[in-house]
Amino acid sequence: MNITNLSKIALNALLRNKFRAFLTMLGIIIGVASVIAMLAIGEGSKKSIQDQISSMGSNLVIVMPGTQMMGGVQQGNASSKALDVRDVKAIRLDCPSVSAVSPEVRGGGQVVAGGNNWPTTFYGGDVNYLDIKKVEVKTGRMFSEQEVASAAKVCLIGQTVADNLFGKEVDPVGQTIRFKNIPVRVIGLLEEKGENTFGMDQDDLLIGPFTTVQKRILAVTHINAILGSAVNEEATSQAVTEITTAMRTSHKLSEGEEDDFQIRTQAELVSTFSSISDILTTLLGAISAISLLVGGIGIMNIMYVSVTERTREIGLRMSIGGRGLDILMQFLIESILLSVIGGIIGILVGVTASAVIGNLTGWPIAVMPLAIVVSFLVCTAIGVFFGWYPARKAAGLNPIDALRFE
Amino acid sequence: MKRNIISVSSLKKDFIVGEVTVHALRSVNLDITEGEFVAIMGTSGSGKSTMLNILGCLDKPTEGIYLLDGIDISTLNKNELARLRNLKLGFVFQSYNLLPRTSALENVELPLFYNDSVKPRERRERAIAALGAVGLADRMHHMPNQLSGGQQQRVAIARSLVNDPVVILADEATGNLDTRTSYEIMALFQELNAKGKTIVFVTHEPEIAGFTTRNVHFRDGNIIKENLVTNRGSAREMIMAMPLEVDS
Repeated sequence: MNITNLSKIALNALLRNKFRAFLTMLGIIIGVASVIAMLAIGEGSKKSIQDQISSMGSNLVIVMPGTQMMGGVQQGNASSKALDVRDVKAIRLDCPSVSAVSPEVRGGGQVVAGGNNWPTTFYGGDVNYLDIKKVEVKTGRMFSEQEVASAAKVCLIGQTVADNLFGKEVDPVGQTIRFKNIPVRVIGLLEEKGENTFGMDQDDLLIGPFTTVQKRILAVTHINAILGSAVNEEATSQAVTEITTAMRTSHKLSEGEEDDFQIRTQAELVSTFSSISDILTTLLGAISAISLLVGGIGIMNIMYVSVTERTREIGLRMSIGGRGLDILMQFLIESILLSVIGGIIGILVGVTASAVIGNLTGWPIAVMPLAIVVSFLVCTAIGVFFGWYPARKAAGLNPIDALRFE
Repeated sequence: MKRNIISVSSLKKDFIVGEVTVHALRSVNLDITEGEFVAIMGTSGSGKSTMLNILGCLDKPTEGIYLLDGIDISTLNKNELARLRNLKLGFVFQSYNLLPRTSALENVELPLFYNDSVKPRERRERAIAALGAVGLADRMHHMPNQLSGGQQQRVAIARSLVNDPVVILADEATGNLDTRTSYEIMALFQELNAKGKTIVFVTHEPEIAGFTTRNVHFRDGNIIKENLVTNRGSAREMIMAMPLEVDS
């Protein structure tokens, strides 16, 4: 007996009980749909974290000063004043894997404009600072090299600061604000970045030439950090090695002496957060997989009932020439059809649900093609696995008893 | 001389129930030739059902030889028996055994599904022809629950005919029907027999057995009496003679 005929017989048998077939499939539909939706949400959250971190520059390398001891007391991270502009120059010259490098100087303080004031942080950088930090200018302009050289009292303003000083209506560009009583002219408004992964407002800042922040505002000569861009994400670790060498040379550290600086990369952060959200995704997927298993048991249950209910049909099929194998295959194909059709509907529902959830919540939802393929295969396997036992039972019936079954 | 369709000699069948051995058939010899219409009679427990199961290749004898159309079934395995049933036998049951929610045509097609050499087109054509032969050409697409008992049994008969079997085995085929409908079914069997079909008909009703050509009586696992039917009745004439019923 060929498979086409058997499939036709199995399909007809299912169509005779459309509603029951649908209810049986429902378990699989819900199982598959939830697996796909849950994995999509998990994958989406992972992507979202990665995107946020990348938006800060995934090839970003940050050099921070090491700790400082004062009279035997550790002052904590980044407390030393070990970094200065010479280190920036050293990195710029000796590190081919670093495409851009800028000093960072920052100082907190109250900023005043007219009757309003707001506490914020003034960041100082070089002309390429915005490129490295992946910040865009919305209106106005970036400061020039000449303004860096002359420590010009200019700055770019973050949206949060602008809103608090000027309100929504007034264009901040061209206004003069006072930071720690130093008048600074606003030459540009920064594009909004929103909150970062850790809930920090990335728009609550001023950015100006590092010379301005160093000389005119803080009156210091050291810098707080050096920001560098690796030529690409893969070159990050190479860049770290090169920077370490350059910094050690620049700081004249002899062998055996500890680094008086530390280097952080965004790539580390990305991998940490990715692994956290991977755990989340696995968890969500595992819970959904349980519902898929329950759906499979539902199929087995219905196939069992079906075999008992159709005992006489089985007897008849045997009497007109159906072999045990034919009966086995028929019931197996029925359960595979149930699970596979259920699986296909489940995939459609899952993809649709993911899209709807994505739209409603604004989460970035990423349906994994792998999830679709795997759940389809799992469905087929469920059909075979849970259909096998009932089908065996059907095939093992004695035709005489089956025909007389009441 | 006509060929033997069924040839049974010293057939024995024992069932072991617990520690007791039941001799369902003790030593049966029976030949049925082509074109015969044989009634197998007997009370319940006489062995006639066991006999029919063995004739239908659903069961194997404990001892003895059964040749169906010249084939010794004792040498065949389960799958070969299934194939033999598919090609050589047609079954008609007391309770019709039609698939529910399946059209008459599809019910009749069913045996051909298990025969790979029959293509879908031929399958349909043969099923239509078989339904035509039992007078249900206009009921092809009806479901069993839309048909009367007599019509359902006709569908079952069409199903037994569709593979052109060497013998039709009917098990109390009129048992669930009223007298008039029983006669109609018997009339149909008589017509099929007149066209050359070999039929073995299990019944306990002497009246029904009177429409066949030969009666074989079973008791306690033995054939106790065999007789040719001398004054064979015509079921068609009996129906004509019956008073017309008001349509119900």
